[in-house]
Amino acid sequence: MSTATDHSATADHSTEHAEEHHGASDKQYIVIALILAALTAIEVSTYYVDFGPLFMPTLFVLMTVKFIVVVSYFMHLKFDNKLFSYLFYTGLILALAVYIGALSTFKFFLQKG
Amino acid sequence: MADTAIAHGHDSGHGAHVTSTGLSNNKLAMWMFLGSECLLFGGLISTYMLYKGRVNSGPQPDQIFDIPFTSVSSFVLLMSSLTMVLAVSAAQRKDDRNTNLWLTITALLGATFVGGQVYEFTAFYREGLGFTTSLFGSSFYTLTGFHGVHVSVGIIMLMALVGMISRNRIPGNKAESVELVGLYWHFVDIVWIVIFTLVYLIPS
Repeated sequence: MSTATDHSATADHSTEHAEEHHGASDKQYIVIALILAALTAIEVSTYYVDFGPLFMPTLFVLMTVKFIVVVSYFMHLKFDNKLFSYLFYTGLILALAVYIGALSTFKFFLQKG
Repeated sequence: MADTAIAHGHDSGHGAHVTSTGLSNNKLAMWMFLGSECLLFGGLISTYMLYKGRVNSGPQPDQIFDIPFTSVSSFVLLMSSLTMVLAVSAAQRKDDRNTNLWLTITALLGATFVGGQVYEFTAFYREGLGFTTSLFGSSFYTLTGFHGVHVSVGIIMLMALVGMISRNRIPGNKAESVELVGLYWHFVDIVWIVIFTLVYLIPS
């Protein structure tokens, strides 16, 4: 009985604790949004300015940084339970595997045909 | 045994259902859903990347894309993520007035984005890019159309949330309900971050 009560109390506390994770403050969210806006401006600048061989790497790095910042701070994944991260990143990695698999299939088989 | 089952089954009184993991089942389900959505959009983006160069008839991607216009749309959607996170923050402070205000602004920004997409689709159609014009057209409309539908569903969820908060009809944890809709909204934003770079900024 006491074990069940203790467990319940622990789970209850844990749930409350998870709910108390507010992540960043409102001011910090605004700063993060400004950083994201600046990164978007750099992305758009690649359309007007010739980045030469750095064009593709710049775009991919900016896209990845923006993605991770939104997921980590706005979606609170950085402050939340790791299980949520595992669930999300499993789907993401599988999606990347689908793309690499599909691209490889087209490269290897269609060009021979 | 029965005590354990009861302990796991009762409501904590804060609206949060006690679970064996100590985590909210609703939040766990939302993250699983978003993980599966990665696969959906992964498939659609892969298809577009493979087919964007297949243009037998109709305009090429770099002939019709209006980068300045799409950049503004992208900025609007990005800022809607800020207003959404401010809504979640207000909900956690139990500030219903500001929660509703930020949710409404988020929905308006989302509607602006969808409006821009409708305008873009109309302009592309007039320039000769129909759904069946080329493989590029089919994969482009399917990918961006699916994203637009997701944004539209998000707007409906936001407005429903505003209505339910106003009438105090949200059962259980109100802040968690706002956070769940927020997670969906941010996901729609991160998908657009990828689409904007891969579809619009990288030429074929």
